[in-house]
Amino acid sequence: MKSNRELTVSRAMAEAIAQEMRTDPSVFVMGEDIGTYGGIFGATAGLLDEFGEERVRDTPISETGFIGAAVGAAMAGMRPIAELMFVDFYGVCMDSISNLAAKNIYFSGGNCKVPMVLMTATGGGYNDAGQHSQALHATFAHLPGLKVVAPSNAYDAKGLMISAIRDDSPVIYMFHKGLQGLAWMNWPQSAAAIVPEDAYAIPFGEAKVLREGRDVTIVAISMMVHRAMEAAEALAADGIDAEVIDLRTLVPLDRKTVVESVRKTGRLVVVDEDYSSYGLTAEVIASVVETDISLLKAAPRRVAYPDIPIPYSRPMEDFALPNADKIGAAVRQTLGKAA
Amino acid sequence: MTPGKDQLIWMYDKMVEARYYEDSLAAIYMEGKTPKFDIGSGPVPGEMHLAAGQEPCAAGVCVHLRADDTVTATHRPHHAAIAKGVDLNRMTAEIFGKKTGLAGGRGGHMHLLDPAVNFACSGIIAQGTGPAVGAALAARLQGRDSVAVSYVGDGAANQGAFHEALNLAALWKLGVVFVIEDNAWGISVPKAKSTAVRDNAVRAAAYGIPGVHVADNDTLEVFKAAGEAVARARRGDGPTLIEIETYRYYGHFQGDPELYRPAGEVAALKAKDPIDRLTKHMLESGAATRADLDAVAAKARQRVDAAIKFARDSDYPAPEEALEHVFA
Ligand SMILES: Cc1ncc(C[n+]2csc(CCOP(=O)(O)OP(=O)(O)O)c2C)c(N)n1
Repeated sequence: MKSNRELTVSRAMAEAIAQEMRTDPSVFVMGEDIGTYGGIFGATAGLLDEFGEERVRDTPISETGFIGAAVGAAMAGMRPIAELMFVDFYGVCMDSISNLAAKNIYFSGGNCKVPMVLMTATGGGYNDAGQHSQALHATFAHLPGLKVVAPSNAYDAKGLMISAIRDDSPVIYMFHKGLQGLAWMNWPQSAAAIVPEDAYAIPFGEAKVLREGRDVTIVAISMMVHRAMEAAEALAADGIDAEVIDLRTLVPLDRKTVVESVRKTGRLVVVDEDYSSYGLTAEVIASVVETDISLLKAAPRRVAYPDIPIPYSRPMEDFALPNADKIGAAVRQTLGKAA
Repeated sequence: MTPGKDQLIWMYDKMVEARYYEDSLAAIYMEGKTPKFDIGSGPVPGEMHLAAGQEPCAAGVCVHLRADDTVTATHRPHHAAIAKGVDLNRMTAEIFGKKTGLAGGRGGHMHLLDPAVNFACSGIIAQGTGPAVGAALAARLQGRDSVAVSYVGDGAANQGAFHEALNLAALWKLGVVFVIEDNAWGISVPKAKSTAVRDNAVRAAAYGIPGVHVADNDTLEVFKAAGEAVARARRGDGPTLIEIETYRYYGHFQGDPELYRPAGEVAALKAKDPIDRLTKHMLESGAATRADLDAVAAKARQRVDAAIKFARDSDYPAPEEALEHVFA
């Protein structure tokens, strides 16, 4: 059966979960408002109708409890998918994530598995202020024992979700609200994609070169992939040929693809919606510098969120968010051109 | 404990003010968002959680408070902020994301913070419980008799922070009043699917403190329960847990399609509206005449209209101001 359906990211996520639930009775979902509501960001739409309340469980507002329970269920032979509604709420349940989910395989000397997925919404751009708009990629990627993925489009969203569910280690699946394809939020049309109907898995640790170019490498993740592509289009009009890489997974991180690209272009700009300091941007730059500093013809640049809480007022948030213009300016700096 | 005439008028005033504020904001929030609902457009940024219907929880509790008492409220904060005396102009400007707002537009609707009257709220469920305990502890250590009120929703009573705070306050006999606004919903999840306990006030027993259940959004019963709890707290006799059955007229947030909500629920609640009931009580008991109440209500509405005008007329902050005030 040939098919070229275009799906939004949220539909692709829900489809991936449904397919795995059909074939594997150990897969179940729990979280706040994931049942009747279908998930605030649509990632579980339709699942309750098909699978019922035993396998699609609305939880109380008790993240420490139910995320801890996901760890326990995973160690007892199930494959739970838990949703933390906004990543910003990690503070109330980080112990379950960082000291249980992330460490029990190690504490067992490899004698147990923790096959759970924690999916969570990231990102701003819709003026919801400091407790509902963070990206926080680095916070999770920094902790040994957690795999971290952050798709930028519906095709990857499905394939990475299927890999996440099948993985025997805990996976943090960070999806961006603004990419979900929700009716009530602006989203880049490039996030929707043709999604095969059959189940398929995208291996972790393989970045995707979205656009080939000679002059500069732009590395990005999640929403910032779309901003990087916009920047690349604008730069092309000025005769600057940018290569754009979508990391797709942060842990494991595909350092090789980045290094190979910089070997070709000699210039590097890394873009992240997470805070600038101590983050993904530094990590990617370090990967290149530690490999061979002479690959770089110019100082690398990072374009990331300033080290401030996310402001509420629209002009302030717009000012703080990375965008195509800032990426373009950083690229020009690496080329020694005035911004 | 029954309210005196001045207290009745005060509660009526605050309830009418909060209701008119919420209904006004509800309409303004949709400007620029219709016909297609787009959360990122219109004059009011972000999400908007409205508390219309829940006014007794605010007025009936805060009528017992002073400016030096502390209130920590929830993501649904406007009625409590108004009753605690937060500056209405600056609060409204904050909600509009303007430079003249409480935080110059940095915090917004879920993060109203007014040190002048010791008011704060938060977008993280049950997060205000700890700081309320801290405020009461500070009062004790500083030899003051100020108390703290911590508002949470019924959903928040299932959060770990809530239980830890209750235990601490009980253990140290601190002057905290924990108020659960039980509007029966946590977004789309009904209370009955969130806890096996029907009445959250019974949870007080686990901490050895009084638990009081107030039925059916009754302002006078809230007044009584809160009056006793605040007096107890001020005397140094420790915390109380009060659960108030209250009503949520709007969706969880403005724009919520409310597909989970049974048809007719809101209409049935509105038929026993707490402001109407308080009005009836005041007229029948002779506490006020219709003309008195109309005059109070007219002034309350004027304050709201003026605050909204102030907010609309204020300038947006300069974008670079986002970088200020990360540290003190
Ligand atoms: C720690 C945390 N978990 C989840 C949420 C998302 N959330 C916001 S409001 C809400 C429901 C709150 O219900 P309740 O406490 O009853 O208050 P109500 O909204 O009914 O006033 C949820 C789950 C949050 N803000 N913080």
